[in-house]
Amino acid sequence: MAHQQQTAASAMPSARQEQELRPRKRLRASDVFRKISQILGELLITAGIVLLLFVGWELWWTNVEADAKQTEAVKSFAQEFSGPVTPAAPAAPVDYGPPVVAPAPAYAGMIGIMYIPRFGPDYTRPIIEGTGSDVLDTLGLGHYGSTSMPGAPGNFAVAGHRQTHGAVLDNIHTLVPGDKIYIQTADGYYTYVFRNNQIVLPDRTDVLMPVPTEPGVQPTESILTMTSCNPRFGAQERIIAYSMLDSWQPASAGPPSEIAAQVARAHGKG
Amino acid sequence: MYAWIFRNLPGPLWVRILTSLVLVGVALVLMVEFLFPWFSQFTTLTDSTIGSVQQP
Repeated sequence: MAHQQQTAASAMPSARQEQELRPRKRLRASDVFRKISQILGELLITAGIVLLLFVGWELWWTNVEADAKQTEAVKSFAQEFSGPVTPAAPAAPVDYGPPVVAPAPAYAGMIGIMYIPRFGPDYTRPIIEGTGSDVLDTLGLGHYGSTSMPGAPGNFAVAGHRQTHGAVLDNIHTLVPGDKIYIQTADGYYTYVFRNNQIVLPDRTDVLMPVPTEPGVQPTESILTMTSCNPRFGAQERIIAYSMLDSWQPASAGPPSEIAAQVARAHGKG
Repeated sequence: MYAWIFRNLPGPLWVRILTSLVLVGVALVLMVEFLFPWFSQFTTLTDSTIGSVQQP
């Protein structure tokens, strides 16, 4: 056995030397064909790997990137926020009067933070003005510029990704009627209560009307409308979640007790 | 093709291995920074807005 291996090993280099010494043969048609098919095969394998990498990038890496950007946005909002981050002493519910309606910021300006306890105790996402892909792809929830601001009678509508780029509304289908959705702005806290969802085709802009899907009706209530794609890994439809404004409290009153821990954590004091 | 590139890299074996790793890394960075963001506009997975108001 050992002897055989030795002869094979010593035969190899001499064969290679012979090949190198021999004058170069002219390429035959079959050689050219072999070369081309080899290059083509390597290119196809490369394309397959690049496509797989793209899927990994789209479904995983965009979330990592967007989460970092959104955490940063929440942090910078928290730094500018003046007001206690611990709730006021539990007393009889106070009526703080009609909610303050802030003017809409410029495109890509920050409106506030959304807290949805149903989506987990760490769900703190920034709400940004505008629904361009530059806003939605990195900063999370984008406010449709044509709709009202939080607290105003009418429709405060935001869009967010169901998958990729932070997947801010991935769990939108798990909302149960009665779930609280909190929006914190520089002025205070708006508490919305989830009412129902609806699955529509992507061209149904009437869900953004002051009274959703009812053209020409004068709004009397404040509605929060969230839109995202449906089904979860597709975009053939849109899932719409409607919530009604339940209460409002100014920043000076501190956060509602249900989200007090989350607010404190978001503001670096938890 | 890749074998041809590897054979034609300068230097001893370990330098060629390092060079090819760097080349793969550069290709990855270029893909993540430019190719993938450009390509993702052709996928519909990220459409989450309603109708014509997608652009403000």
